[in-house]
Amino acid sequence: MFATATLFLLLTVSLALMRAVIGPSVFDRLLATNTIGTCTVLLLAVIGFLTERPEFLDLALVYGLLNVIGTVAVLKFFRQGNLGDPGNSEKAGQ
Amino acid sequence: MLIDGLSWACLIAGGVFCCIGAVGLLRMPDFYTRTHAASVTDSVGAGLILLGLILQAGLTLVAVKLVMIGLLLFFTGPVAVHALAKAAFNRGLKPLLADTDRSASAASPLQPMPTDEQLPTPGLEEAPSKP
Repeated sequence: MFATATLFLLLTVSLALMRAVIGPSVFDRLLATNTIGTCTVLLLAVIGFLTERPEFLDLALVYGLLNVIGTVAVLKFFRQGNLGDPGNSEKAGQ
Repeated sequence: MLIDGLSWACLIAGGVFCCIGAVGLLRMPDFYTRTHAASVTDSVGAGLILLGLILQAGLTLVAVKLVMIGLLLFFTGPVAVHALAKAAFNRGLKPLLADTDRSASAASPLQPMPTDEQLPTPGLEEAPSKP
C-alpha cells in the first residue's frame, strides 16, 4: 500500500510540474512549487516506510522547513523589489 | 488487522485527495481558484497520508516525528499560500470575476491569464469598459 501512495504522490508531482511549466504568471509557478514541496515531504515519509528506514522522516522534517522558508523568502523579494519589469517599479514597491 | 485496514484506507484516500488537488491546480481558470485547489493537497491529502503512516508506526518515536511533520505542514501551508495570494494581489494580478468577462469566458472557459509582462495593465479590464 505504500507503493500505491507513492504512485499517487508521483502523479501529483507530475501534474503540479505541468502547471509550473505552463503557468502564465510567476505566482502560478510558485504555487506549483509549493505543492511540489509538500508532496516531496510526504513522499520522503512514505518512502521511509516503504524501504523500512524511518530515518527518512528527519529529512522530511528538514525539507518541510526549507520549503516554507524558501517560499516566504521569494515572496518577500517580490513584494519589496521589482523583477526588472520596466514601468512596474513604483507599483511593486508599494 | 483493523489498524492495517484503517491505515490502508487513509493512505489511499490521502493519495486520491492529493491527485484531486493537483488536477484542480492544473484545470482551474484563475490563480486565486488555483490556490483553493492547492490547499486541498496541503491540508486533507497530507493529513490523511500522515494519519495512515501514524497508524502503521504505532506508539513509537516515528509517530512523534510524523506528528511533528503534520503540525509543520498544517501551520505553514496556509501561511505560505496566504502570503502568495497577498503578494499576487499587491502586485496587481486581477481575479477572474464572473461579470467582467462573461463573453470571453463563455467563448473559452480556459482563457489565458495575464502573463508577467501584462501584469501592470491587465487585459481583463478592457472588456467591460467599451461603450
